[in-house]
Amino acid sequence: MTEAQDKIAPTPAGEKQYSYLNLGPTHPATHGIFQNVLKMDGEVIVESTPTIGYIHRAFEKLAERRPLYQITPITDRLNYCSAPINNIGWHMTVEKLLGVEIPKRVQYLRVIIMELARITDHLICNAVIGVDTGALTGFVYLFQQRELVYEIYEEICGARLTSNIGRIGGFERDFTPKAWEKINRFLKEFPEVLKEFEGLLNRNRIFMDRTIGSGGITAEKALSYSFTGPNLRAAGVDYDVRAMNPYSSYEDFEFIIPVGKNGDVYDRFMVRQEEMWQSLSIIKQAIEKLPEGPHHGNVPDFYLPPKEQVYNNMEALIYHFKIVMGETDIPPGEVYHSVEGANGELGFYLISDGGRTPYRLHFRRPCFIFYQAYPEIIKGSMLSDAILTMSSMNVIAGELDA
Amino acid sequence: MEAADQEKILSVINEQFDGEIIESGMVRDFFTIVLKKEKIVEIIRHLYHHAETEFQFLTTLCGIHFPDQNQMAVMYQLHNLKTNKRVRLKIFMPDDKPEVNTLTTVFPAANWMERETFDFFGIIFSGHPNLKRILNVEEMTIHPLRKEYPLEDQSREDKKDFMFGR
Repeated sequence: MTEAQDKIAPTPAGEKQYSYLNLGPTHPATHGIFQNVLKMDGEVIVESTPTIGYIHRAFEKLAERRPLYQITPITDRLNYCSAPINNIGWHMTVEKLLGVEIPKRVQYLRVIIMELARITDHLICNAVIGVDTGALTGFVYLFQQRELVYEIYEEICGARLTSNIGRIGGFERDFTPKAWEKINRFLKEFPEVLKEFEGLLNRNRIFMDRTIGSGGITAEKALSYSFTGPNLRAAGVDYDVRAMNPYSSYEDFEFIIPVGKNGDVYDRFMVRQEEMWQSLSIIKQAIEKLPEGPHHGNVPDFYLPPKEQVYNNMEALIYHFKIVMGETDIPPGEVYHSVEGANGELGFYLISDGGRTPYRLHFRRPCFIFYQAYPEIIKGSMLSDAILTMSSMNVIAGELDA
Repeated sequence: MEAADQEKILSVINEQFDGEIIESGMVRDFFTIVLKKEKIVEIIRHLYHHAETEFQFLTTLCGIHFPDQNQMAVMYQLHNLKTNKRVRLKIFMPDDKPEVNTLTTVFPAANWMERETFDFFGIIFSGHPNLKRILNVEEMTIHPLRKEYPLEDQSREDKKDFMFGR
């Protein structure tokens, strides 16, 4: 029983009565496990009380017992719609702590993967906005393209949704010709599909009437609630970690940071839409400029030796064992590294005391921070707009609850 | 961060809150200031409004437990989005009764971050509008990210360090 539910007591005659609606925790329209107890005046929301934590898995505590490589799968499960960004963000945090130089080729390959992940994430979010406004076609259509990206991941690391991609120092192997083939196929097919999807919704009168002006937030409010990512940019603030504090050679690429004006559902939709085009252009630039070189940096303490050596060479076998079992001590230190995740600034704050596991690891999860503005945004709006607002904010339960 | 920028931040704090800074310096690429905890909210508000600093974006906030020193720390990361300057503020307090004023009066975003820190470390943020557990169930009696809280079943022998030669 939540507090709001307790309030459902008979009111004295003549007093205005409100009804209470329990939206969630498991409701098909919320796309995840979110509970909101809504105080309703007819169909208008007067107040909402969110409850979160339904899939809390204690990642920060788990990380204190796990060596570095065993934390990568944890990061997969934060924003599972764009897991590679989380993985690579984590690897880069560790590399920052170790002070490792990463070859240019690895940085470019990482950019390709991260932008593919951003596309899949935005794709799901925008397709779902379509679903919530009653347009299911785009959703089904775009999921075919998402599948193409997942096949690329599969070719590179063997996994799909929770990708566990890459290693500290680079990738387990260079992209295979098959992977390049799949990337090229996606780059060829996706623009047409995206254009068609835009044709369905961007200037669709029904869609525009439905989304413009609903779920809006001003730039000042968004900043005071520490919004980041597309939600902040839709409100008109051009903060993007990729441009502000470039990592993994993002400074080498030309891209535009699209901004909105009203911060409403339509602006968020359009910002994501444009970001997908920008991501495509970044991927193309990265492929064009891709330098030759090794596919991993020189990190013998944390990068697994090649398999042939492990089977034929004693030292390599020892290293392999030490790395897999996490027996290498991490240098003491304190670092913060942030990447532009698909829905905002994803930060890793890592403190090491020189042991084999982190002393403390804190994730700055963009969802967790901006979801607290949700009750304020939906106040005074209709119930169906509340659903739409939630899906357009791209709140991912895994990231929200850590 | 340039030395001039560091000096500027320190002088902005010192001009109104003399003697509050315990130490300061670069930790890797991040300028970090350790402060006394009593006036932390006023200092952050001052840094927010002062024309030379304008740290108007709260990136994150979290707790850290140091059982060996019986200390509990709270870390705040502030960001000036106009000049792209960042600063990390830290305060320390004894871990048996950790208490600090709430930052929600400056940043509404601190609301859930402080609730999370309370939930996991038991740090009381006095003045917080709704200091309740957020991710764990309300019936919980412990604060799980404190170091004395064991992660695994303590009766298990097969996971002890000597089993792995450590």
